[in-house]
Amino acid sequence: MNTDKQLKFRNTARRGAKWLERGVEGLFTASGWVSIVIVLLITIFLFKEGFGLFQSPTVEKGYVLCVHPSNPVERLNASQIKHIFDYETTSWSEVGGADLEIRPFRFEEIFDYYAEEEFGPDYEFLPDKLAEVVAGDEGILAFLPEQYLPADRSGIKIVEAGNITVTDFFGGREWLPTSTPAPQFGALPLILGTLWVSFFAILIALPLGMGVAIYMSELAGERMRKVLKPAIELLAGIPSVVYGFFGLVVIVPLVQRAFDLPVGETAFAGCLILAIMALPTIITVAEDAMRNTPLAMREASLSLGATQWQTIYRVVIPYASSGISAAIVLGIGRAVGETMAVLMVTGNAAVMPTSLFEPIRTIPATIAAELGEAPAGGAHYQSLFLLGCILFLITLVISVSAELISKKQRQAV
Amino acid sequence: MKKIVFSLCLLAVSLGMANAQKIKGSDTVLPLSQKEAENYLQKHPDANVTVTGGGSGVGISALLEGTTDIAQSSRRIKFDERNKLKTAGKTVKEVIIAYDALAVVVHPSNPVKKLTREQLEGIFTGKIKNWKEVGGPDMKIVPYSRETSSGTYEFFKESVLKHRNYMSGIMSMPATGAIVQSVSQTPGAIGYIGLAYLAKEVQAVAVSYDQGATYVAPSIEHAKDQTYPIVRPLYYYYEAKSEAAVKPFIDYVLSDEGQATVSGLGYVTVK
Repeated sequence: MNTDKQLKFRNTARRGAKWLERGVEGLFTASGWVSIVIVLLITIFLFKEGFGLFQSPTVEKGYVLCVHPSNPVERLNASQIKHIFDYETTSWSEVGGADLEIRPFRFEEIFDYYAEEEFGPDYEFLPDKLAEVVAGDEGILAFLPEQYLPADRSGIKIVEAGNITVTDFFGGREWLPTSTPAPQFGALPLILGTLWVSFFAILIALPLGMGVAIYMSELAGERMRKVLKPAIELLAGIPSVVYGFFGLVVIVPLVQRAFDLPVGETAFAGCLILAIMALPTIITVAEDAMRNTPLAMREASLSLGATQWQTIYRVVIPYASSGISAAIVLGIGRAVGETMAVLMVTGNAAVMPTSLFEPIRTIPATIAAELGEAPAGGAHYQSLFLLGCILFLITLVISVSAELISKKQRQAV
Repeated sequence: MKKIVFSLCLLAVSLGMANAQKIKGSDTVLPLSQKEAENYLQKHPDANVTVTGGGSGVGISALLEGTTDIAQSSRRIKFDERNKLKTAGKTVKEVIIAYDALAVVVHPSNPVKKLTREQLEGIFTGKIKNWKEVGGPDMKIVPYSRETSSGTYEFFKESVLKHRNYMSGIMSMPATGAIVQSVSQTPGAIGYIGLAYLAKEVQAVAVSYDQGATYVAPSIEHAKDQTYPIVRPLYYYYEAKSEAAVKPFIDYVLSDEGQATVSGLGYVTVK
């Protein structure tokens, strides 16, 4: 009787547990799906916003460039417009027109020509005044709001500037996103700057990291390891803005004095900071890979008469090579995406990187510094999203290759 | 409970608490407005003033949407913005509450103590690259600028560079403090900062806007008597129809006591 009851109770309990199990399973599945969908949506959003840039006009939205009707110039590209408004291109003959001096005219200048009252209470006379100015100067290149163009367009001619092109973005060498009338979105210096600083950071971090990893896995005593391991993990836990501050106050003046440079905020200062930040990743992953070398292999090597050093570089390192490669790739990933520290020490000058001792600007630093004030939906905003897409692709390639490499290691085992 | 308090607040506001007002906009004006509001609230405990930042553009679009009573701005309202307000049937009024002077600073060891506007334009657009071209030692010039998002960046470009672009690849620093730090540790550096940030670690240069006839050093006195040229007004914008509500606070800011706060914070008073 008693056993019967017990059995019944056990059955109910088992059934209850089964339901609970199923519920928990469902919850886990759902959360997995939800995160996949969210990641996909973020990616789609990123690319959608980014590629909108190529539908944006070269000249600021809502504005047009006008010339005198007698001017033969039909088209101008973004960099020509910028050079004209910077007074660097001064003759129409340089952009395919007559030999005539160019006079750049910004819309606000109209208020220096006429008193505010002359435009009427609702600016109804403004278009006529603008037409007057354009018609009065054969060499003019006027930057005017579309809304105030004269209704009768016979007195002016609109110059085509087209949309921002893929070559403008990926091939351009000037990053001046708030320049008017034509912002310059040349991302090449930013892309190269990011890769440049990450590459040299890894070059610095690799020998150091490998040294520490070999020491920790092969040479250090148990006691030393117990001290070192948490210390290195602590290094990974320091917020990046603290690294950046340390870099600005300590490393930047140090670099400047050591190499006698005109300026301390250089790619090299960024490399040093990034190297320090990538070290914990490299050390931890590489050390784990080395410690996974089976004891039998080490003992075999030692019993054949190899010294400890020979064992390390002939047996342990080749065995752990794919783990070490994964460590390098993950270190690069850490360096590429780093924002705050780089923003503070590299000087953020958007120039093509040619030496380690000059300022550079990276993609993450650009996004962090500019997104806050970029008008939502505008070309500047979209260009920052496109930079985000590029960063996403770079890190995607890096993590996929890390995955492939560590898979290879598992197969080798 | 929270909900009830919130709805009571809403009710109080909708009943027309004449003293409740929101100020939003420029981060340059933010510390000033905060201090003024603090002092004002001490004198008028029944009043209610909230101050938030976000940038001059943010403040003016909030005025357009009706989510703020006063927009604080470190630049004059743009033509486009005034147009939008006009289309929305709103007339805005403008008050200058203080002035902010920009000082051009170099490393203390630099013998160059004065520069003309044309020289500054050449330096920041990359045409002048060495200090010996402007009467200094043979040393590379390292110009520091602010990030493109800053109002100071725009004002300096407008006033000193006459709308020309900065040289491509100028060093851009995320904050004024970072410029002071970098200029103080780089012998060839030049940068621009608000007068309030002027410190011993950097040396301000005298500036001439008349091709070198007169040089004026940046100081509160020179900004006030309008001899120092790189000065920008700081504005409050409000809707004409809400004038009665915002007037007491604006009057307080413009009063002697309010203007004492202005100079206490390193800005330049209106009178």
